[in-house]
Formats: sequence, C-alpha cells, structure tokens
Amino acid sequence: MAEPVRPRQGQRPAGSGVASASGDLVLSSLTKRFGPFTAVDSLDLTIPQGSFFALLGPSGCGKTTTLRMIAGLEQPTVGEIRIGEHDITYDKPYRRPVNTVFQSYALFPHLSVWENVAFGLKRRRSESVETQVAEVLELTELQALAGRKPAQLSGGQQQRVALARAIVNKPAVLLLDEPLGALDLKLRRQMQVELKRIQTEVGLTFVHVTHDQEEAMTMADTIAVMNAGRIEQLGAPAELYEHPATTFAANFLGQSNLIRATVAHRQADSATVALPGGVSVSVPAARLPGGIDEVWVGVRPEKISVHEAGAADPVAGRNRIPAAVVTDASFMGVSTQYLVRTPWQQELMVFEQNRGGTTLYRPGDQVSLSFATEHTFALDASQDAGAGIELDEALG
Amino acid sequence: MSGAAGVEGGPRTRTGRRFAGVPYLLLLPGLLWLGVFFVVPMVFLLSQSLQTGTLETGYRLTFHVATYSDALSQFARQFLRSFVYAFLATVLALLIGYPLAYAIALKAGRWKSVLLVMVVAPFFTSFLLRTLAWQTILNSDGLVMRFFRGTHLISLTSALGWTNGNQLLSSPLAVVTGLTYNFLPFMTLPLFASLDRLDPRLLEAAGDLYASPLTAFRRVTLPMSMPGVVGGTLLTFIPAAGDFINSQLLGNPKTAMIGQVIEGYFLRINDYPTAAALSFALMVTILVLVSVYVRRSGTEELV
Amino acid sequence: MTATVGQRPPGTRPAPARRRRSPWTVLRENVVWLVAALALVYLLLPNLVVVLFSFNKPNGRFNYTWQRFSLDAWLHPCAAPGMCESLGLSLKIGVVATVVATLLGTMIAFALARYRFRGRTGSNLLIFLPMATPEVVMGSSLLTLFVSLGIPLGRVTILIAHIMFCLSYVVVTVKARIAGLDPRLEQAAADLYANEWQTFRRITLPLVAPGIAAGALLAFSLSFDDYIITNFNASNASITFPMYVWGAAARGTPVQINVIGTAMFVLAVLAVALGQLAGRRRTGVR
Repeated sequence: MAEPVRPRQGQRPAGSGVASASGDLVLSSLTKRFGPFTAVDSLDLTIPQGSFFALLGPSGCGKTTTLRMIAGLEQPTVGEIRIGEHDITYDKPYRRPVNTVFQSYALFPHLSVWENVAFGLKRRRSESVETQVAEVLELTELQALAGRKPAQLSGGQQQRVALARAIVNKPAVLLLDEPLGALDLKLRRQMQVELKRIQTEVGLTFVHVTHDQEEAMTMADTIAVMNAGRIEQLGAPAELYEHPATTFAANFLGQSNLIRATVAHRQADSATVALPGGVSVSVPAARLPGGIDEVWVGVRPEKISVHEAGAADPVAGRNRIPAAVVTDASFMGVSTQYLVRTPWQQELMVFEQNRGGTTLYRPGDQVSLSFATEHTFALDASQDAGAGIELDEALG
Repeated sequence: MSGAAGVEGGPRTRTGRRFAGVPYLLLLPGLLWLGVFFVVPMVFLLSQSLQTGTLETGYRLTFHVATYSDALSQFARQFLRSFVYAFLATVLALLIGYPLAYAIALKAGRWKSVLLVMVVAPFFTSFLLRTLAWQTILNSDGLVMRFFRGTHLISLTSALGWTNGNQLLSSPLAVVTGLTYNFLPFMTLPLFASLDRLDPRLLEAAGDLYASPLTAFRRVTLPMSMPGVVGGTLLTFIPAAGDFINSQLLGNPKTAMIGQVIEGYFLRINDYPTAAALSFALMVTILVLVSVYVRRSGTEELV
Repeated sequence: MTATVGQRPPGTRPAPARRRRSPWTVLRENVVWLVAALALVYLLLPNLVVVLFSFNKPNGRFNYTWQRFSLDAWLHPCAAPGMCESLGLSLKIGVVATVVATLLGTMIAFALARYRFRGRTGSNLLIFLPMATPEVVMGSSLLTLFVSLGIPLGRVTILIAHIMFCLSYVVVTVKARIAGLDPRLEQAAADLYANEWQTFRRITLPLVAPGIAAGALLAFSLSFDDYIITNFNASNASITFPMYVWGAAARGTPVQINVIGTAMFVLAVLAVALGQLAGRRRTGVR
C-alpha cells in the first residue's frame, strides 16, 4: 500500500532526507551531558570523506555516545554535526544519510535476510531494489542465505547481514559500533580484513568504534584515542604508536615503560635527561614537552635489547641502562618477555623477538639494557603514569 | 527513546516531542472505562450498603451502618467458611502445583510446551461444565466412590466431618476438591514463570558447594521462586474466597459460602443494602489480607 | 566407581558394577514427576469426562451416569431448546468484548511499557485491581450502578461488564510482550530511514502481534466462559451459554452442552497448536 507522500510543514517527505549529502563529517564542539555527568566533552573532529576512521577508547569514554549522536539516536547537549555543507545535528535518524551496524546486530527477527537488507532501500522508495540487494549479498557472500531468518544464522553470518543491510544504502557515513565484539578470535581477524576490503572497494566513510587497539590499528587510516569524553590524540596508527602525546595514549596503544626523570641539559637537537640512580639518557628534542623539566621518559618494550652485564661500550645513538637484573622470563614462542629490575628498583618490560641465536636469560641474571635514542620519548610528569593501562579488555 | 534534553544555543530543535501527552492519550479510553465501570460501581456499592428501603419503595441514603453489623453477625459463619475453604484450596493448590510447575520448568526439556498446554487446557472448556463433570466423577456409582467405599476411606472422612453419610458429593470435601481444581492453573502458571527464570547452573553451583538436593531446594530454588508463590497464592485465594459455584454444585446448604449469600440476597431476596454490605465487606477484607500478605512477602511489582 | 586404567587380566569377568536400586530409591528420586503426573490427571480428568459424556445417551434428564454410547447429541447439536440461542449470544458478546478490550488494552499496554509519566503507579494499580477483586463483588457493584441509574439490564450491560474485566488481562499479556521487545530494533529501523509510523507498522506491530493475539484469545475465553458477573447483569431475555448451563444444572443437563464443551476444547487446542506453528515459521526457530 503506497502511502501518499505529503511534506509536513517544515519537513521534507519521509524517505527523501539528505540522501545526496556527501563530504567530510565534521563534529564541532559536540557535547553530551546526562545530568551532572559529561559523557562527551566538546569534541572537535573532522573525518575525511572515504576514510576508515576509528574511535578508540576504553568503555565509558564516550565513543558510543558520540556514534549515537552522529546516527541521530541521541541528541547533543551542545554542538553541531555536519556532513559536507548539510547540518544534520537535529535531524531525525531516518533523515540522515548515515547507517549503523549495531553491536548486537539488531536484525529484524521476523524478516528474512533479503528483507532485512532491502529494508532501507524500500523505505526510501529506491528503484532497482532487487539488483542492489543482490550485489551487496554477493559482496558479503550471503547469496545462499537470502531466504533464511536471522535465528537460523551463525554469529558471523548475522554480522555480515548487519553490514550488508547498512552498506546497501550507500550512506555518506557508515557507523560501526564494536561490530566484531561477539565473534571469536579467528572469525574476528577474518572480518577485520573483510571490512577493510569492503571499505576500500565501496569507498564509503567508515567510522568504527572499538576498545580493541589492535583492531583499530589494523583497520583504520586514522585513529582518535578517546578518554573520559575527550580526544587525547588523533593520527595515523603508526604515528600514534611511535609518538604518543600522552601517558594514556602511550599505555593504551601497546605498552610502554615510563620512568620518572628530570631534564638536565638541553641542546639543539636533543637533551640529556637524568634518570634515577645516576643513569643518563638522551632524548630527541622533538619528543620533549616544551619548557618542562619534570618528565616521564618512555620507551616501548619491543625497542629494548638485553645484553650481558658489562658488555658493550656505550654506542652512539643508543641509550643504556647498566646493572639490571632479570626478575621474570616468559618464553612466548614468537618472543620472550622479560621483567627486568633497574638499579633504582623499577621493573621494566622487555620483549625480545625470537630471531634465533639470541641468548635466553633467566631470572637472576645480571644484564644491561639498551635502546635507540630515536625510540625514546618524554611526556609531562604531571600526567598519570597509570592512565590507559587496561586489565585485559579483550575478555570484556 | 527518551525525550530530548534541553538544547543550549541551538536555535532549531526540531526533535522536541510535539505530543508530550502521547501516553495520556493512549491511556485515556481504557482507564476511563475502568474508572466508570469499576471504580464508580464500588462507590455505588458502598452507598447502597448504607441505604435503607426496598426495591419497590425505593432506597434512601440513610448511612444506616447497622446493616453491616446485622449482616456480618447473621452470616459470620458463611464469611468465615469462605475464607477457610479458600485458604485450604490455596494451600492444596500450592502443594500440588509447585511440583507440577517444578517438573515443567526444570525437568521437562522438550516436553515443556506440551505440558504447559496441558495445564492450560482445562480453560478451554466452560468451567461450569467441568465443575458439573465433578458431579459425574464423584457420583455414588462412580469409580472414585467405589474406591472410597472399598477402602473404608469414606468412614474416615465422615468421621472427620469432611463428608456426610455415604457420599462424596454434597460435602465440604467435594467443594474444596472443586475449588482446588478450578484454581490450580492459576497457581501453577505464575509458579512456572518464576521457576522458569531460575538458572539451573545456580543449582549446580550449590551442589558444587556441598549442598544436598534438599538444601539446594530450600536455600536456592524456594527463595528465588517466591514471586511466583506470592502471585500464585493471590490469584488463587482471592477468587476462591468469593466463589460460590463449587459450593452450589458440589456442596449442600451447610457448605454455603458468602458468595452464595450475596447472590441470593441480590437476585432473589432483593435485599440490596444487606447484600451490598456483605459484598463490600468481602472486598475490604480481601484487600486488607492481600496488602498485609504482599507487604510481608516483599514483592512490589505484581503486574 | 573408579575406572581402572589399562586392561583386565585375561580370563576374568567384570565385577557386578551396580547394586540393585530399591523401589524406595526410585520413588524418592522421581517423586516430583509422580506428583506432577497426578496433578495433570487431576487437571484433565473433568475435561475427559466432558468429552466422554458428550457421547452418552442418558436415561433421565441429567447426564451424570453412563448409559450407552450414542452419537445423537453430535448429530442434533441444537436439539436442546434455547441452547443454540444462548451460544449465539455468548459468541456475539465475546467477539465485541474481545475487539474493544483488545484495542483499549493494547493502547494502555503501550503507554505503560514505553513511556515514563506521572500517574504510572496509579494506572498500574487501577489495572491490577479488577484481577484482584472477586467476581461476586464486581458483578454486584455493577448491578447497583445500573439499578441506581435506571439502566435496564440486558445485552448492553453484559457487554459493558465483560469489556471491563477483560481489559486488565489484555494489558498484562500485551505489556509482557512489549517489554520483551528489543528497543534497538526500532532504533535500527529509524537508522534505516523508517519514520515513526513505518517503524511501528513494519517492526513493532508484527513483533508484538503474537502478544496481542494471546491477549485477545484470553479475553474471548474469559468473556465466553463468564457466569457470575454476567448473571448479575443480565435479564431473562439475555441468556448466555454459561447461564444456560447453570439453569440446566437445576432443570436437566442435555447432552448437547457437553458437545459444545468438547467442540470448544478441540477448537482451542487447534488454535494454540496453529499459533505455535505460525510463531515458529515467522522467526524460523525450531
């Protein structure tokens, strides 16, 4: 039964929406408060059209709330959301050229796979529904299951239906709310590759919300690390990883060793920083927070090499921590993880890649550590060194 | 979706709910119907109980409170009897219904739906017919009666006053049997709903922590099924207290329940004030009993 | 019983592993099932008697003892005077009461399940009260209302009463179904360009429909089967089927009432079975 399409006063007819909008997704001063609690704190973000963007952060950091505001399922307290030239801040969800892949999939249980996928197209009175649905089903390898109901599908298949249902509408922005959370490890890795492939093929803007930093780094072109409603750092995965700007970022992405230190000497392109116990290291000037002398010196575990105690004279371009003791050694196959106690009684983590021919040290062995100057960074000591350290969230 | 929070700064707020009154519109017709045809009649009932007069000469509101004391003293026995029978039927229904619900919820597996249908199946035939069927079952020449006579159980029940003479019908035993039967599904279904929600792994955990099956039942199953017990007992006791069908069909004048008296006084004797007084008193008593019971068992949300 | 690892020496027979289980143990372990089975017998016996005695040919006016098998009643279902008329009235009232009660009740259920508003607790209470009031009280209070206002008793008053007491049951049934509906499904529909009406029509309503159907079925059964409230609010000209049966209990019970009872039973079982089937086909769940 075709409903007569009558534009209500001040509104566009149902189904037409801003389907033709395209452009960068821009969030300006986006804030969401629930009573006294601020979930999202004045977010400013530009997501380039056609990119794969990840919002990464622990649970409760506001990433899902941000996503829901973009989708129109939550109203912002303050701020604007624009796609290209169109301001969609207060548009209803069904007027936005935005589609969501829900964490729980939210497939319509009484409709078949085909009907689920065709749902959005039909609401928009699209022509050639058949062809478009067939294309997307092929893309997500669901052709054989088109007649089934969601209850008859496995978790991975349901996830693909949720994806197909969203992308068939070719939205300006596709939102993914931790879509791989319910899948087992192997399937998850598979889907990560799949999603990336589909995104490159179809060319839509993907905004992916996740707490899994590995997932974000694998799939995204750009990552925004969120914490307590704010963006801590924004950049490409490699950039974020190698040059964390805050302790949170340093700890949340991969792991870091943070050592309390004081800047002793600044030179043109580097500085000498005094660690406890009389040890000095060199930090590139670019990686020093300007004008601050109390710092955390950071170096990632996989950047550190372990040597026999007393071995090697100081080598140019490398920092050294002599007189350390191995307190724990775990052989992981691919690598060996060491916990090494420094002369000032701090335990550092070291990942030594198993390249064969390297000595396996045992607890109690006296060793010295070295790492490249360029792998050393420094952060403002007023930041919390414990920020971002997660109890294994992969289980959550 | 919750209503829109206030938007600061933005001039256009097109998402504001235009009809904040949607729920009230939806509620209005139904609640109005209940208000007019349930609440108002109660007021009329109360008022009628305080009037004097007859159907021919008309009634006047005289606040004649003596109607209550007269009626209650005259029919105290029937009143009490109704609650005693209702209580017995409730207890019996609980004793019979709990194992039934337990079996269906926790032990039935594939047969769960079938068993549930069997519990609900009695509803599918007119309850009057079913109660009449008890007349057939408990008939003097029927199998049940012969069993009772053969085992001399009939002498025992007569000695206890549960039956009179040589028959099972027209006796308190028959009435309570009928009452229990009629309301057994009302007891079983809420119990089932409650037990069905019980996670069997809790019982496994209890066993793992050295609880015997009986202890596990006492300390895990029973407490967690309490909402069902409360719901079931309420749904059984309340209608049973006001019932008179069972008493009329399966009992004798000495088993008369208050419902019969009320019906008789309204429809045959036409003594509206007395009947209204009894009816109102019945309702108040039940409300009081129910609120005390509910408060003591601590379940708030019954619906 | 410990399992021995390794093999038995050749030439030996396995030791008897289990001791004989005494009848008491068997009884104790299965006591729950035993009681349950007895309870089911208790529940279904009268139903069986009703069905069985529809095939009886009694000697007198009453159908309480088995005489002999006969299909007479089935072949002449309307032979008992006045019964089919009463049946017709019950059906008509049942249908109208069901439609109105389901409509009003569903609306209330949506309001209670989906919205937060002031007066919610009061509304809940008002819905609950009719279910907690004895029929005698409800019937007699309505009688005083109608008599005081001079409204003549008859079909209309019966209908009014039926709608009143069916409402609560519909609300409870539908509300339970709505509460079980995942709100994210409606969010997904909105995300996929369905406006409020389309979401309701294509997602909410189809998924709540089984609850509404169950509520309607419940309302119909309650209405069709009601005696006490109906009796208080009826006149001599408006006899429903239960009223007819009650009168018959005194006058003489024709076998035909058992025929109707059996037919109701069979139809209801079919309806439930069909409902289950339809539900499974809808969502593909086995």
